[in-house]
Amino acid sequence: MRYVIIGNSAAGVAAAEGIRSRDKSGEIVMISEEKFPAYGRPLISYYLLGATDRAHMDYRPSDFYEKNGITLRLGVRAEKIDPVGHTVLLSDGSEIGYDRLLAATGSRSFVPPAEGLSEVKAKFTFMTLADALALEKALSKKKEVLIVGAGLIGLKCMEGILGRVKKVTVIDMADRVLSSILDEKGSQIVQRQLEARGVRFVLSDSVVRFEEGRAKLKSGGEIAFDLLVMAVGVRPNIELVKEAGGKTDRGIVTDEGMRTSLPDVYAAGDCTESSDIASGKRRILALLPNAYRQGYCAGENMAGGDARFGDAMPLNAIGFFGSHILTAGAYEGESFITGEGDTYRRFFVKDGVLKGFILIGAPERAGIYTALVRERRSLSEVDFEMLKTEPRLSAFSAEERKKALAAEV
Amino acid sequence: MKRIYVNEKWCLGCHLCEYECAFAATGLSDMAKALKGKRIAPKIRVEDCGDIHFAVNCRHCKDALCVKSCISGALSKGEDGVVRIDRDKCVGCLTCVLVCPYGAIMPAPDGHAAQKCQLCTDNTCGVPNCVAHCPNNAIVFEER
Amino acid sequence: MDMYIQPEYEVVRREDRCIACRVCERQCANLVHSFDPETGKMQADDSKCVNCHRCVCLCPTHALKIVKSDDTYRQNANWDGQTINEVYKQANAGGVLLSSMGNPKPFPVFWDKMLVNASQVTNPPIDPLREPMETQLYLGKRTVKIERDERGRIKNTLPPQLKLSAPIMFSAMSYGSISYNAHEALARAAEELGIYYNTGEGGLHKDFYKYGKNTIVQVASGRFGVFKDYLETAAAIEIKMGQGAKPGIGGHLPGAKISADVSETRMIPEGVDAISPAPHHDIYSIEDLRQLVYSLKEATEYKKPVIVKIAAVHNVAAIASGIARSGADIIAIDGYRGGTGAAPTRIRDNVGIPVELALAEVDARLREEGIRDEVSIVVGGSVRSSADVVKAIALGADACYIGTAALLALGCHLCRTCHEGKCNWGIATQRPDLVKRLNPDIGYKRLVNLVTAWNHEIQEMMGGMGINSVEALRGNRLMLRGIGLTDTELRILGIKYAGESL
Repeated sequence: MRYVIIGNSAAGVAAAEGIRSRDKSGEIVMISEEKFPAYGRPLISYYLLGATDRAHMDYRPSDFYEKNGITLRLGVRAEKIDPVGHTVLLSDGSEIGYDRLLAATGSRSFVPPAEGLSEVKAKFTFMTLADALALEKALSKKKEVLIVGAGLIGLKCMEGILGRVKKVTVIDMADRVLSSILDEKGSQIVQRQLEARGVRFVLSDSVVRFEEGRAKLKSGGEIAFDLLVMAVGVRPNIELVKEAGGKTDRGIVTDEGMRTSLPDVYAAGDCTESSDIASGKRRILALLPNAYRQGYCAGENMAGGDARFGDAMPLNAIGFFGSHILTAGAYEGESFITGEGDTYRRFFVKDGVLKGFILIGAPERAGIYTALVRERRSLSEVDFEMLKTEPRLSAFSAEERKKALAAEV
Repeated sequence: MKRIYVNEKWCLGCHLCEYECAFAATGLSDMAKALKGKRIAPKIRVEDCGDIHFAVNCRHCKDALCVKSCISGALSKGEDGVVRIDRDKCVGCLTCVLVCPYGAIMPAPDGHAAQKCQLCTDNTCGVPNCVAHCPNNAIVFEER
Repeated sequence: MDMYIQPEYEVVRREDRCIACRVCERQCANLVHSFDPETGKMQADDSKCVNCHRCVCLCPTHALKIVKSDDTYRQNANWDGQTINEVYKQANAGGVLLSSMGNPKPFPVFWDKMLVNASQVTNPPIDPLREPMETQLYLGKRTVKIERDERGRIKNTLPPQLKLSAPIMFSAMSYGSISYNAHEALARAAEELGIYYNTGEGGLHKDFYKYGKNTIVQVASGRFGVFKDYLETAAAIEIKMGQGAKPGIGGHLPGAKISADVSETRMIPEGVDAISPAPHHDIYSIEDLRQLVYSLKEATEYKKPVIVKIAAVHNVAAIASGIARSGADIIAIDGYRGGTGAAPTRIRDNVGIPVELALAEVDARLREEGIRDEVSIVVGGSVRSSADVVKAIALGADACYIGTAALLALGCHLCRTCHEGKCNWGIATQRPDLVKRLNPDIGYKRLVNLVTAWNHEIQEMMGGMGINSVEALRGNRLMLRGIGLTDTELRILGIKYAGESL
């Protein structure tokens, strides 16, 4: 049995671990366009910040591939899948046959077309370690940086480089920061905290044209910059599967066992769509925990298992300079707000179930809330009043606590 | 594997386990010297709710969501079943805090990483120090 | 305004060791300790301290000790500090003084004035690790008439017996006076040890019927919780005529302690005081006692031995003789040092006699009258160690009841404030948050350990005497010698003075 895994990040590694949980001897080949053994992708901003270093960024111990009998082929790109012949064509011209194939192709930075953008020399994206290393080379205390995009990627990039450059300006079309994961109040808090550290935000505006070190804005103003980081968003890499005839929508479409519509081809990670149990909608949940669990599930099934991953949901743990913002689920239904000052908690309740939450400056034990969302537990079973101010197991019945604390879980 | 289990019925809410946990982490032989004047940051925490008390620490889940969700690979499950954290790898993003259903993993006081119970396999206690010093068998370390 | 009374004990906290973990504060039901957030330090209110040592035992840095106050009134050999304080207390409150546990006054302890013999040269000692050493025994009537059936075979006419693996039983402590968890610990320990515990007069909680084989149920003047199942479940039935700590008076369990569970077990209304009358209102003579003994035997088809328990008082030998003739199978004698959950101080400290003397008198009297085999004798009332047990048996006891020692094993620190109902060790309380401090899983093992240890020691001492069974030690007063005793005391105890030969 030969397993071929395209992609060497969380989903790919998880798949290998999933396979090895059932099949200790089958051949595993992992293919990656990147030149590094798997590293924690979200660590790149922490790397620039100095909170970690290259030696500690490896996602798995150095003997991981050897110990798990994995043939790692770095620096090659999978170009084409032949689902009939069960082969993958690689960028070095070689072909590799598979019995089971996983597409864990991830996503790529999306750079929208803009006038003059191609003329900007010092422009960067911020997704991969290579991106971060390239950006790092350009950093200097004399330089001013413009980051386009005040989302998760843009702001983490900002955190990583703020102390290493002269100035950072972040621009976004939206009228607030982190608009994909925060409400208005939350955005305000975060923006205020970051502005206090010297970050400049230009919101509800966009660049219409780049000119020699200047970005001309829709509002009429302009921003001077030495380095440009494009952090507008990402797009899933679905082409490989799509071109092979596999079903895709915005992402690669799979069942709960991570099977694509192609025989023996599985998909996992940022390139796929999941069914979000909080909102009930199918969407791309490009998040590491999601990628790992999908990958592990795919791996188990590739090795003959019958695993299902049916509880995907948005989960974000982000923070800047020691602050913590944890969010999860969907922001639907009635909401409840507690906290004061820079502590902010908002809960969203619909149909008697916690659908999602935003926690700023109150990360402790947040997983208790997450479990409520994930399990879709009726709030009538818990003391929600207590939970609104503090996540505690005391809010659950003695019986539930017994299951959690007095039994193997 | 042997895990720490909570007998809520017998927990007195004395919070000794928290101090024994903090003491164990210091590696010192005298608790007064180790903890005098210090604010403790134990990895086991007692919840008090009226007459109900119980301690919570890592459950070392068979299918540990924290391990699966860790963005840096700092969390791992050993062959002995113990979920451990490599604090040098951890960047303190707290994704693990966000996914742990028991609220049993927490930010470390230094703010740079998370911390969690490792069943005293990371010190010289031999058996979990909280269990060894629980006056009422409210936490036990056993196979179930 | 009440007269200020200086606290008896002072809490001493070593500041260099206190880490302000507040365990002492959380563990003190008397609210002695508190945390001062302004200074970040712990404080203590000595006036509330009963010296139960809960905080001392749980303090993880051993930063605490409790010392007796060195504050004194002007020295006076007649009016000592405590006596003066008791007057002040009564003048303040106008009430009867209440106390708990046994008589603490400096009366002689006769156990400590008797020494045990050992074999040398002319008769060999026995090593209990190498040779059989029997501590198993039976309690009950031994008087059997030889009767034969029509085919000439001997009929079994042996009255019912209690089989003990060691000459030790847990004495009567009621559910109400002690907690559910304390009862569970006693019951489970008795079961594991192959001995008996005693319900006291508070009935038997429904959860503990399963330990019936190792349970002695009590029928006292209040008749609490007595009904058919209660009697039938038990291994033996004890009629409580008196208690060493408070001979001549009844009991009074305040309504506050009559929780729903206690109420159900005692079969009395919740929250209403449980009064045990001083006398059994149906017993004014040995003949009346005999009626009750036989009523209970009749009710249980003569399958269970009946024990009659009395306090050791002045005419104990004559009373015991009457009891032996009443049909009782076992006489239990409770000395004046026996414990209690609550007794008027003056009664506890001044009424009754030492069990050692009572035992010697009773055993001698029953022998003289030729009725010693009619009954077994069990003694209690401060049996503190295996040595006391050995001496009791040598004086003529069949077995001993231990109460205070058992409670000590469960954590009791003899603070003597059981009557306040705030036992920090979860023993003499019904407050749920305090009761849970006694985990029976731990408690029963400690009881088992204690009795097992004593049993080993009993074997050692018997071996030294060259005696290989408890049965052979019983009433063997030649194994005892007195020290520091008067001729009268020696005569009553029936022993010679140390150094005196046969």
